[in-house]
Amino acid sequence: MRKNFARLASLALALIFVLAACGGQPTAAPATEAPVVTEAPAATEAPVATEAPVQEPFVFGLLLVGPYNDNGWSQAHYEAGLYLEEKLGAKMVYLDKVNPADRPGTTPDQLAEELVAQGAKLVIFNSDDMKDASTTFAKANPDVFVIMASGDQVWSDGKAFEEIPNLTNIMGRMEYGKMMAGCAAALTSETGKIGYLGPLINDETRRLAASAYLGAKHCWENAGNDPAALQFKVTWIGFWFHIPGFTTDPVDVSKDFYTTGYDVVISGIDNPVNLGEAQKLTAEGTTSFGVAYDYVAACDAAPEVCIGVPYFNWGPEYLKAVSSAIEGTWESQFIWVGPDWTDLNNPDTSSIGFVNGPALSAEAAAAVDAFVAELAGGLNLWTGPINLQDGSVYLADGEVATDQQVWYLPQLLEGMEGLSAAE
Amino acid sequence: MLKGRFGGFFFQLIALLLAFGVVSLILISVDASPADAYKNMFTGSFGSLRKFAEVLVAFVPLLLVTAGLLVTFSSGLWNIGVEGQVVLGAITTTWVFRYFLESDLPPALIIILAILGGMVGGAIWASFTGLLKVFGGVNEIFGGLGLNFVSTALTIYLIFGPWKRPGVASMSGTVPFPDEFSLPLLADLRISPWALGIALAGIVLVYFILQGTYFGLRLKAVGKNFRAAYLLGIPTWQYSMYSFLICGALAGAAGAVQVAAVYHRLIPSISSGYGYLGLMVAMLINYQAIWAVPVALFFAALNIGSIQLPILMKLDSSLSGVLQGILVLFVLLAEGVRQRFAKKA
Repeated sequence: MRKNFARLASLALALIFVLAACGGQPTAAPATEAPVVTEAPAATEAPVATEAPVQEPFVFGLLLVGPYNDNGWSQAHYEAGLYLEEKLGAKMVYLDKVNPADRPGTTPDQLAEELVAQGAKLVIFNSDDMKDASTTFAKANPDVFVIMASGDQVWSDGKAFEEIPNLTNIMGRMEYGKMMAGCAAALTSETGKIGYLGPLINDETRRLAASAYLGAKHCWENAGNDPAALQFKVTWIGFWFHIPGFTTDPVDVSKDFYTTGYDVVISGIDNPVNLGEAQKLTAEGTTSFGVAYDYVAACDAAPEVCIGVPYFNWGPEYLKAVSSAIEGTWESQFIWVGPDWTDLNNPDTSSIGFVNGPALSAEAAAAVDAFVAELAGGLNLWTGPINLQDGSVYLADGEVATDQQVWYLPQLLEGMEGLSAAE
Repeated sequence: MLKGRFGGFFFQLIALLLAFGVVSLILISVDASPADAYKNMFTGSFGSLRKFAEVLVAFVPLLLVTAGLLVTFSSGLWNIGVEGQVVLGAITTTWVFRYFLESDLPPALIIILAILGGMVGGAIWASFTGLLKVFGGVNEIFGGLGLNFVSTALTIYLIFGPWKRPGVASMSGTVPFPDEFSLPLLADLRISPWALGIALAGIVLVYFILQGTYFGLRLKAVGKNFRAAYLLGIPTWQYSMYSFLICGALAGAAGAVQVAAVYHRLIPSISSGYGYLGLMVAMLINYQAIWAVPVALFFAALNIGSIQLPILMKLDSSLSGVLQGILVLFVLLAEGVRQRFAKKA
């Protein structure tokens, strides 16, 4: 009996061995076949350029990491998609909740192909979480244009540079928006304790949390407060939004902040759930304020506690990139673009913006506006002396950070509480 | 006999129709056309070779899990812990890959070791549930469920801790493995014929064990009547353990394939819920191995086809999960009704 089983088991193992061994010689992976072309070749190959674009609208695809109506990051992208439809007469096909928890068993590159099957000639990957997949997809589909928002794959001065002719990176210089958010928070806080609801830890989130801190510090000290009395704490939840069972609940994190004296919480995650908690606690008698993030109308969720929102306006840059794909002038680029300083909230020209929230006092609002004017005038808070969290020198006195230093900020800054990297 | 079998088929057909009927009602209530929805799901899964390949990608782990569960169900065990066994298979496979990351061994050998490692990992994890059951008197449902949570926590610990990407703390997962660590895929498709081979070998093996061996017969005897089997001299607890180990190994292979052929790294939801889905498939086929392939394929097709719903009809793709759940419920219900009829007759 036992012998039988052993014989069976060994038979099975042998079978698997044979199967796997046959699989030993890896056949040429399709990815390697992506043409090693030199300069902007995708445009010439694209059928779009030659076909008359009069009848058929240009179809573009959009992959959203969260729900299209998340009142944050993904909604800002969705609205940009509507903007493209309006401006170009293009047609959007989109899929939201593209993350392994919501769409188990799928990968973003697979889902991008579903959009291509619906006619998309350009696909926008909207999340850092899809960076690897966007590279895979772009290489496997050299005739489809790819925009990867927030990534740095094609930044020739970046750390992860790869030549991918059909891929463009686009990101707004949200550092400015976060500085304004930090400023508004510092001018609103009674306790001098500001909480930052952080998503996961990476280059982007470190530099944005640090920007909020720099803005808070600047305005706190300008208002004549004791520099030592400012506390700025970052708590990370582990992903861009709450995934039950996998991340810390951002509502709990907000509550912990508010109930321990942090009267202002700045959202760094993909949606403003801190506002809901602030609203609830304020109603119960604990004065709480929040700064939203990502989406221009995010304050609407709880206007009475919202003191402002720094937001992305993806429309203008997407319009340029998609137009270039249609016209055949596409070039693989790394675009990291700041606001239109002459008109911060212009939907057609400014890639990031900041809206004062209804809960921001008139006095604080005036001070925030003055700060915005200073930034527009050339004030750069990424100027030394600035130390990293471990006390080492990041920028010497008077030294101005380069783009690389800001993008790849290795740690949080001295004066900030919270983890700089995973423990 | 023939009549009974035909009757069973008849009741299951009714259950199938009822399930589709209920889902159609749900669709109509949100002003969506059921016909369009089913059509889109069908073309989304079988409409092209590419799509069918995606269905097979989901089919492979689902079939492996189902095969394993047929063994535990046969011995009368509810191995809810199969989900965690998939996860541990993925973790061990990742561990083996990481261990050999710098080695000069041929990649083929490393892949074999990684998959075998995954099977061992899954089996060991299953043995915990088994030991808790046999020696601790902990019902395998609770033991397994608990261990599922532990496996998720372990994955998250590894991804945020020892196996994190440099400078990053994110759910996105570990650094992707180099291309040579991938099970070879068919050109331009995402399916690996080797993964498919492993899955088919798994179900054939299980069918053979259950139908053609003395071992399988004893396993079923233990499942049908534990006490009687014991009195007849079958080493019952050993047989429970065997079935846990076999199921764990097959579930572990599913996790290994998820890492070696689909995600090429460890991610938090690496099991993709295939463990729980496999439980549904096993219940639906009334524990008969012969039906595992078509039903697992059907469920995989629902999963992949439902991606079309949000793209084309702005419907949530969880509709496929609703259909799967309702289907299982109705089939179980129909089976109950049928038995009642049979008794009366």
